[in-house]
Formats: sequence, structure tokens, C-alpha cells
Amino acid sequence: MKADATIGTAPAEPVEGFSVGRALRALGRGELGSVRVLVGIAVIWTIFQVSNDRFLSAVNLSNLTLQIAATATISIGVVLVLLLGEIDLSVGAVSGLAAGVMAVLSVQHGWPPILGIVAALAVGLAIGFFNGLMVTAFGIPSFVVTLAGLLGWQGALLFVLGDTGSVNLPPSVITDLTTTFFDSVVGWVLAIVAIAAYAASVVLARRRRAAAGLELGGMTGAIVRLVFVAGGIVAAVAILNADRGVPLAAVIVIVLMVVFTFITERTRYGRHIYAVGGNQEAARRAGIRINWVKISVFTLASTLAAAGGILAASRGLAVNQQSGTGDVLLLAIAGPVIAGTSLFGGRGFVWSALLGAIVIGSISNGMDLLALDSDVKFMITGAVLLGAVTIDAATQRRRATAT
Amino acid sequence: MNQSQSTAEVSGADSGSQPLLALKSFSKHFGAVEALKDVDLEVYAGEVVGLVGDNGAGKSTLIKAIAGVQPPDSGELWFQGQHVKLATPQAATALGIATVYQDLALAENLDVVANLFLGQELGNKLPGMHVLDETAMEQRAVELLSSLGVTTLRSVRTEVASLSGGQRQAVAISRSLLGEPKLVLLDEPTAALGIVQTEQILKLIERLRDQGLGVIVISHNLANVFEVSDRIAVLRLGRMAATFKAEGASREEIVASMTGADVKERATEETPL
Repeated sequence: MKADATIGTAPAEPVEGFSVGRALRALGRGELGSVRVLVGIAVIWTIFQVSNDRFLSAVNLSNLTLQIAATATISIGVVLVLLLGEIDLSVGAVSGLAAGVMAVLSVQHGWPPILGIVAALAVGLAIGFFNGLMVTAFGIPSFVVTLAGLLGWQGALLFVLGDTGSVNLPPSVITDLTTTFFDSVVGWVLAIVAIAAYAASVVLARRRRAAAGLELGGMTGAIVRLVFVAGGIVAAVAILNADRGVPLAAVIVIVLMVVFTFITERTRYGRHIYAVGGNQEAARRAGIRINWVKISVFTLASTLAAAGGILAASRGLAVNQQSGTGDVLLLAIAGPVIAGTSLFGGRGFVWSALLGAIVIGSISNGMDLLALDSDVKFMITGAVLLGAVTIDAATQRRRATAT
Repeated sequence: MNQSQSTAEVSGADSGSQPLLALKSFSKHFGAVEALKDVDLEVYAGEVVGLVGDNGAGKSTLIKAIAGVQPPDSGELWFQGQHVKLATPQAATALGIATVYQDLALAENLDVVANLFLGQELGNKLPGMHVLDETAMEQRAVELLSSLGVTTLRSVRTEVASLSGGQRQAVAISRSLLGEPKLVLLDEPTAALGIVQTEQILKLIERLRDQGLGVIVISHNLANVFEVSDRIAVLRLGRMAATFKAEGASREEIVASMTGADVKERATEETPL
């Protein structure tokens, strides 16, 4: 999945062929970060499948897909903020508040549901803009601004919900977001389009490099990645079709992943996000408008948080005082970090939002299947997060000592 | 290289050829401190000027003033015969003045190509976005680096974090040349480099001169300054103490004007560097 992100940037060292030793060393250096996560997911899935053979059933994997849609969406924004070397602790609260605004407007005030969704996104946009402004104009650390937001927006949610404290969502466009499943034929068409688009982008990129007389990466590597991506897509669609079909929510999440991968990897704006996160002073001297980059990233992050809140409300069929609270924030941040986005800025990739959500979602889903208690669940999730961050820190250090 | 020009310039006489850069009585205060006082300096195309001076002599202040980072309080800056005011680094860059700072300001998390083109990425403008053209940038990067004789890089797609100090310096200098500047300011380009790497950077500076650029090199290392400069300008306590032709000047003379000691005095009394 990461492969799509690396087309533009050839491997750091030309790979002439494939060797296990080289692959292992690359794994250690974090260059195959996403492979490490995929291996992790395989291990987790194996463990849970052995413990409970319903884990890898089509029904459960289909449920898992819907469970992680909201977190994965919120995590995209978290990735963007982390790339800057900043943090946004308010994404959970913002997701709850945005969902609350949507629910109150559409249910209690009779707004058309679609306008409720737009209003929710607008709330996220406004809050993100405010966060960015506080960070840039007043130089307040994002940690503090968004920590205040964590409390403040949670309060705003309680205020918006008023006395009732909970708003149920009747069937509408909003609930359709997570209850719509595509016909299996549509699912296969989507799969073919996705694979063809990916293959075309790889081939075109190689052809352009060849035409320009530039070094080409190893053909083997490109083919292996293509096979992996195509295999993953085919397997996912086959499994989802065996249950209710490809859910609309999954398509929304994948489209967001592709769009934001494109923005971060292929556009000048994305390059500037990485530059600001890597060396702010260098970015400033290069004429990059740092403040604008920061404000826009915080705005995107909160808007994506709102989008995640809408998906969560859609799936939960309600918004209540607990919406966006609890572990929503921590899981949204932990996911990308587990999947290889650095907390220290400048390193990471958008797909880590999805990969991380799959890891955390699988653990949570699997433990639910095993009917484990909350105490065990929290401790295990905490241990996985700590382990992943330790690997990240160790990889950073190895990269530093390699110079 | 334009030795005649340099010679003409040393005397301060205008022999018809126009200096690329001419500073006239630059002054800069920081509170009560006079960081620069009536500094004059001229740099010609195809000439390397070494700017030396003790710590606090005003070298960095002068560079920042030319680079538009910290405009002077008073004084005139003439570039290619035009009287200009440089209020921002962007203005200086647009004019053709490139600066490489001591701390290089590279983004370690990005590869060589991305760093070379940082802030001036090549690409296609689509409505609402600017899509990078990685192929064009990489091609241009390879051409640029080979034209400068930078051959120690294994791949232009290497992350800067894994480059050596000399390689980073070479990348930083190369980057300053992308905008096709006419004048390059180098702040301590050989500080913290090993012997071999220092030689490579000095060769790189000579190539810049051969390509007809004006170069100002700030350095503490007098040996390096002598090796690469056509002229040496000495700052002391914010004033331009003296300007020497590198050929024929002695180390003692330079040190004496840096410290303000008389050459004769220096023969008897050790002046610490």
C-alpha cells in the first residue's frame, strides 16, 4: 500500500536484485516501515484466528472495516499534523462536537441531513483554522492549544446537546454512510479500476524516468509491490462481497487515503509540509510560507476529525455526551504512530492512518470476540503502542548513527 | 580569472568595468553597539572575495545585510550598476544574490533532490494545486551536481540525514545555484569539514568563479581563504580595516589588520589569533 507513495521517490539506494539480508537490513532501517506493519497485522490476525475461528470470517472482517472507518479518517488529519512536528489533541473532541452539531441541526431543527453534514464539516474547518491561528499568530505550542480544545470542545458538545444529552439519528443520508453496501459487481469494478490505476501510475512513472534517462528502481521490487497491492485489493473485495458487499464507508476512507497521499507526496504543498516538519528554519529560508502551511494543516486535521465524527455517528446511529471522548483521541494518534509516522515530525505517510487503524481495530475487535475485559484490553493496547513507538525510536537512532 | 579586474578594483579606481556588487558606507546598530560602520566593499563577476575578521567583527552582520535578512540602517547597495534596496531575502534572491549559511538549512528528512528544489519546486500548475515534476527535478539535479563536479553522492535520492558534512555543504552550495545567481555568499563553508572534504569544497568554489559568478567567502581559516580568494577584505570592529590582493599579501599583514596590531609590533610581540 505504501508502494503508491514511493513511486515519485525512488528507493534510497538502487536495488539491483533481491536478497534476504538486504531486505532485513532495510526493514531495520525503517525503509520498509509499511512492510513491518503488514507483518504485524498478519501476526495479530493469526493469533486471534487461532484463538477464535470467527475472527477471519467475512462477517467479522466486514464489521472490522466499518469499525475502523471513523478512526482511520480522523487519523489522516493526525498524520498531517504529526508530519509538521505538531500535535492535535482536540481531534476526538472536535469529532464529537461536529457530530453533535450535525445531529442537533438535522434532527431537532429539521435541517436537511446533507446540510447537517456540511455544517459539521464547517465546524471542523473553523476550529482547525482557530487552532492554526493560535499556534502561528501567538506562538502557543499546539500541545497547549489543542489540550485546551480537548476540554473546551467537549464542553461545547454538552452545550449543543442540551438537556437531552443524546440525539438518535433516524435513517437518512447520514446513516446511509455506513449502512450502504455496494453490489458485488460494483465491488469488482471498483477493484479493477483501482488496480488498473495503480499499475498505470507505476508504468507511467517508470516510462517517464526511462525517457529522462534516469536510473530505474528494480523491476522486481515494482512487480512485488504491484502483486501485493492487487492481491490485497482482490482479497478485500472478495471477503467483503462474501458478506454484505463493499461498504460505502470503506470507499470513502480509501478515496480520502488516495487523495491525501497524492497531496502529501505529489504536490508542492505536501513537500512543504514535510519540509516544515523536517527543518522549519530551512523551510522559512527557502521562502515557504510556514504559517500558511501550519494553519492549513490544522484546518485540514480538524475538518477530517469532523468527517470521522460524522462516520462514527452514522455507525452508532446516535450522538451522545460520550461522542468523541474516551479513547477516540488516543487511538487516532496511536494508529499512525504504530504504523510508522514519527512523533518527531517530517517522517510518515498518509496510509499509516489506515494501517494503524487496522492494527488497533483488529486488536480491539479480536479481544471483543474473546470477551476480554476492559482492563486487559487497555493494557494490551497500551503495550502494543509502547512497543511500536520503541521500534520507531530505535529506528531513528539507527538512522542517526548511520551518518 | 579576471585578475585585471581585481587589480583595478584594489586601488579603488574605476577602470571602466563595473563591479557586480558595491556597498557604500553600510552601517548597522544594535542598540548602542555599532555592528557595522561605514563599510565599503566591491565584488566583481568571476572573483572570489574572502571576508575575514575576528569574532564579532561584523562578518555575519554584513552577510545578512547583503542577503536581505537584516537590512542595514544606512548605506547604499549597488548591484550590477543599479541602486537597490534589499528588504527581504526573497528580494535578494530575485536579484541574483544567493546565500549559503553556516548551518546549511537543509531538511534532513528529505532527499537531495527535494532539498535542492526546496521552495522552488518544478511542476505543473493545475487548478488549486501544484503537482511536482519529480522526473524533471531529478534530471536537473543530476546535471547540476555533475556540472559542479559533485561526484561523491551515491544517489540524488539519498536522504540528506545520511550524507557526510562535505556532501551536505556541496548540496547546500548547489542549491544556491539553482536560481542562477550572479553573486554567492558562503558563510564558513569549510568549518567542521575534514581535509579531503575541505579541498573538495574549495574546488567547488573555484568552479563557481570559473563560471563567472561573484563569490564572497567568510572564513576563519586563513589558509583556506588564501587558497581560494582573489582578494581578501578584513573587517575589524565593524569597520573595513583593509583589502588585500590575495596574491602577494602575507598572513602577517592580514592578521595584523584583523587584530589592529602594527605589522612591526607583531614581529616582536605575539598576537594571539
